[in-house]
Amino acid sequence: MGVIGRSVRRLEDERLLLGRGRFCDNVDLPGQLWMRVVRSPVAHARIRRVGTVAAVAQPGVARVVTADDFETVPRIPVRQVVPGHDLSPYLQPALACGFVRYVGEPVAAVLAEDPYVAEDAAELVDLDLAELPVALDAQSAAEQRPESWRGSRCHATTVEIGYGDVDRAFAAAAHVVAVDVAVGRHGGTPLEPRGLVAEHDPVSKRLTIWGATKVPHWNRRVLAGMLGVAEHRIHMRETDAGGGFGVRGEIYPEDVLVPYLALLTGRPVKWIEDRAEHLVAANHSRQQTHRIELAFDRDCRLVGLRDEVWQDNGGYIRTHGAAVGMLTATMLPGPYRLPAYRTSVHVVTTNKTPCGTYRAPGRYEGTFVREHALDVSATRLGIDPVELRRRNLLDDAELPHRRPVVIYETPLVLDGKDYVAHFDKALAAAGYQAWRDEARAARAAGRLVGAGCAFFVEKAGLGPYDNAVVDVDSTGAVRVAMGGTNVGQGIETVMAQIVAEALDIEPAAVTVVLSDTDLLADGTGTWASRSTVVGGSAVKLAVDEVVRKAKLVTGELIEVSPDDLVVEQGRFVVAGSPDEGFSLAEVARACDAVSNVRRGLEPGLVGRGTFVVDVMTYPYGVHFAQVEVDAATAHVRVLRYCIAYEIGRAINPMLVRGQLVGGAAQGIGGALLEEFRYDKRGQPLCTTFADYTWPRAADLPEIQVAVFEDAPAPDNPLGARGAGEGGTTGCGGAIANAVRDALQLADGVGALPLRPDRVWELLQRASRPGPVE
Amino acid sequence: MTTSSDLAETAVSVVLEVNGERHQLTVHPRRTLADLLRHDLGLVGTQVGCEQGTCGTCTVLVDGEPARSCLIFAVQVDGERVETVESLAAGGELSALQRVFSELHAVQCGFCTPGFLVLATALLRNEPRADRQRIRAELSANLCRCTGYAGIVDAVESLTRS
Amino acid sequence: MNYRTRTQLGGHGRDGGGREPVKSPPFAYLRPRTVGEAVTLLVANAGTAKILAGGQSLVPLMHRRLVRPRALIDVIRLPDLRHLTKDGDGLRVGALTRHRDVEVSSDPWVTGSFGILPAAATWIGSHPIRTRGTFGGSLVHADPGSEWCLLAVLLDAEIVVTGPDRTRVIAAADFFLGPHRTAMSWDELLVEVRFPSPALHAALQEFAARPGDPAVVTAAAAVELTDGRVSSARVAVGGGASPPVRVPEAEDILLGAVPTGAACAAAGARVATAVGALHAVAGDGDGYRRELARSLTARAVAQAAASALGNGHREEA
Repeated sequence: MGVIGRSVRRLEDERLLLGRGRFCDNVDLPGQLWMRVVRSPVAHARIRRVGTVAAVAQPGVARVVTADDFETVPRIPVRQVVPGHDLSPYLQPALACGFVRYVGEPVAAVLAEDPYVAEDAAELVDLDLAELPVALDAQSAAEQRPESWRGSRCHATTVEIGYGDVDRAFAAAAHVVAVDVAVGRHGGTPLEPRGLVAEHDPVSKRLTIWGATKVPHWNRRVLAGMLGVAEHRIHMRETDAGGGFGVRGEIYPEDVLVPYLALLTGRPVKWIEDRAEHLVAANHSRQQTHRIELAFDRDCRLVGLRDEVWQDNGGYIRTHGAAVGMLTATMLPGPYRLPAYRTSVHVVTTNKTPCGTYRAPGRYEGTFVREHALDVSATRLGIDPVELRRRNLLDDAELPHRRPVVIYETPLVLDGKDYVAHFDKALAAAGYQAWRDEARAARAAGRLVGAGCAFFVEKAGLGPYDNAVVDVDSTGAVRVAMGGTNVGQGIETVMAQIVAEALDIEPAAVTVVLSDTDLLADGTGTWASRSTVVGGSAVKLAVDEVVRKAKLVTGELIEVSPDDLVVEQGRFVVAGSPDEGFSLAEVARACDAVSNVRRGLEPGLVGRGTFVVDVMTYPYGVHFAQVEVDAATAHVRVLRYCIAYEIGRAINPMLVRGQLVGGAAQGIGGALLEEFRYDKRGQPLCTTFADYTWPRAADLPEIQVAVFEDAPAPDNPLGARGAGEGGTTGCGGAIANAVRDALQLADGVGALPLRPDRVWELLQRASRPGPVE
Repeated sequence: MTTSSDLAETAVSVVLEVNGERHQLTVHPRRTLADLLRHDLGLVGTQVGCEQGTCGTCTVLVDGEPARSCLIFAVQVDGERVETVESLAAGGELSALQRVFSELHAVQCGFCTPGFLVLATALLRNEPRADRQRIRAELSANLCRCTGYAGIVDAVESLTRS
Repeated sequence: MNYRTRTQLGGHGRDGGGREPVKSPPFAYLRPRTVGEAVTLLVANAGTAKILAGGQSLVPLMHRRLVRPRALIDVIRLPDLRHLTKDGDGLRVGALTRHRDVEVSSDPWVTGSFGILPAAATWIGSHPIRTRGTFGGSLVHADPGSEWCLLAVLLDAEIVVTGPDRTRVIAAADFFLGPHRTAMSWDELLVEVRFPSPALHAALQEFAARPGDPAVVTAAAAVELTDGRVSSARVAVGGGASPPVRVPEAEDILLGAVPTGAACAAAGARVATAVGALHAVAGDGDGYRRELARSLTARAVAQAAASALGNGHREEA
């Protein structure tokens, strides 16, 4: 069996198991200063004065900076630009300038000899703030023009996506179902807090940065512009990251502060945030309110869908710009046949933590809203929810299907096969009918048990490109560098597998280097489930180039045609005569500068690959849940959970399962347990893990996974579809549908998360039914 | 409010046995055991996730029992025996528990891994025949954000079953 | 409204989510060798020192700088304060007894006559918390959701504290004055908790968002049956804004009754009313919490009654 498709043990594991992970806090540099950020304690205010005298006077404090020290540094730009939306009035500065707009906003930074002293000094920074009214609800804040926006409205922009004549479809429809439903604010909250270490070497004039991940090349480019330093003088070092989920690695104010202060002071600067800071300062996500309407014909087929969405984006617009709104709107139709469609997402700034992307951004929200509305519709139309889906899913004859929308400036072509057949396979794999029968029988016996499902479409392999380099040195050592980064997902192993397969060696013999901007000058980063697909394809191109060159050189040396050569256990040999040929080391040595120049090749045994892709690929699948609601406590327990997933081609099945199960843990957390709440003054109520509650091991059932490889992706040489997000996407929908079934609600559940106090309200309503809408 | 200038007068000498080695250090009372292990002894395997005692990432063994090193001032454990993740691999060879963590994909980003390894080590010593439900309950002491706990439970169970 | 930083000068209070520290402010570390020395140090520091035992409740507060003692008096090594001792009909629990000591006790007096204690221990946090946290520490911390505080109130425990001039005994009913407030004086050290009589048929129920989380509501009951009817009943509830309290109205309705489902529910209803009143006063009135108190009480009473009838087993979940 080849290496690709094998559940190879991870290359990353050994160092992590030994406690030798290269996490940012493990980096300590001689002479370093510790940075502590002073953050706004109120949600909205005009800054009258920031008094630093007392803090600076503390022994061990080197410097205290405020916005005055950053006058020449521009605001943090949008990375994911959606054309047609000018968000420049809403961008965030490195330190609050004139106004603070959310609790936790950086106002000043203290540099001290140790982190304890830095915290002591930070307490002494005197803030004189004139509080302003707070806006905590997107819809009611939209038309306000607070002082802090200097004339602009809180409503930053609206993303509107659609096609077909929606109004006519609704006017002519046999049935129209409207559902009001909301997703609570929550976020990725990786376990490792954010951090950065920066050192400027005045002799080499190089600025070295540890802790950068996700999009290091992009961040380097932006920092170069913001700090006035040449890109080639900034070196982002390889790093391990304790989880990303979309949250870690974007440019935050602290990512500007640290390198800037390293330049300013001439000393290394180290910053590690703590948990309380993370929960108020790192991107939140997901807070949307939807009014979704579905229009059906007499046969319960969708003829139109419209949705109006209010997105609470927090205090500023950060690097994601309007992307989450765009992703919500473009992906909402999902896997269904839909002749007419329109969604508007109003992106509004409020006085809460700013928002960005979080695993399956826009799709977690949209899938929940759509799938829940389908279940409500099934009740209204008097049709079984499984049958309703079967009637509306795109089938074999209709796929691939061009959805008339543009996503990330590419056409949205659903490149899967027969969603109906997949649904049937998924139902069988989960044994879902048995879950439903069980639930029905339990309800008859007085227990509140229910089952629900959600079909989702995901997106993966976002281009436009990524780069890779594979090189073999004179000792025969094989190394690959790729433009993505390690966020814990196992990408090093996957890249090693791709190289190992082509060279017929063990993956453990391949060195993988990620996110080092010196070794690879350009890359597009790890996000949007793209690194296996796009990065992996670039690696495939690069290693294929190595093989091509090796065969060329070997052929020349033993005087055979390269076409007569094969690769066997790291040797390039004549087919059928394994003794006739050379090892990787020998070939590499033969690729010396002079010989290669004469062959018209660059020196060394090197292969470079750039994989360019103009469309994304769209994995898909189904989530199934069975839950029980405790009638006394209103606690929701997940009894069973299953994810069916079309992966195209699994490079490492074990890692695919890991992504799906891990993703589901987060998705279930968002459905039942996690919410960033605020009081009416805009004070965050979740500043510890005791308030922001992730699922623990006992909160999760055994999560079944059924992975299918029925539909290899057509647009990349690996046939892979990416697996980073689909485990999360369907959880809101499946859980909400199961709870609704358990309580036999006439209407929707109203909102996620379904925490006990909210479920208790639903229970009260269910036992005293009002008029059906 | 006491300021850092008072600290010089209140530094305290502590003796700790860490992973079998005796160390004598002079520390400020407020220095946590986690910070001492990481920054004074260079044992960076033990990680810090919350400094609130809620995530268990900083779990070490103190006199053989699992404890949250972020909630312990180093001075409190003067004279006691501490074991960290670095003690698990004898001579650089992964222990059976570490090997099975890798085989059963209990590691993704690896940040929670040292804490879980130490917690599981204690569990396996105390309850070598624990069943899957019991394992899940005991492992609920620590948080993981990447794996959904499945691989971790599988790994520990593989050692209680045998 | 203007916001102005309040410079912290040893008091309580914090500025809000924007300024949440995680490293404790500086303090002097003191290690007395006897209870007497510990008390002397408390007095010498004139109210600016705190007792450090297991640290599982105190240290998180210090890291968040919500509590800022100038000195910590580490009592964990004081001799003779870590024990579970039979005393006539009762049980004496030394203040430095770790939660885990109670949980794993194999002493038949503890597991039999006072079995509610080891059963309750499993609700407390998680194993690593239980190996360090202490019984006395929980009582002094006086969290409204604390299991030990609830059981102390349920079973009329006597709390022994030592001060500079005397040792005194405070009845549990008088000990808890409010969330995180006790009747102890700043110069006293808690040394022992005495449970005067066995609780053969007792049960504790609680609800928390996740296993091991701080309880939202706790409820406990202890009953005795004579000829199938309740001859003695104790019901206590805790959690939220008010410390644990006995609910005599619930106890009254159980006395003389056959412990049917309806009787347990009636006790639950009485507790719900009492909780509603308590929480309205504390500004924390909410329907869900009342209903939790109702259902958890009914369950605890039923479980205790089942144990008394000999056909129940002590459940942990």
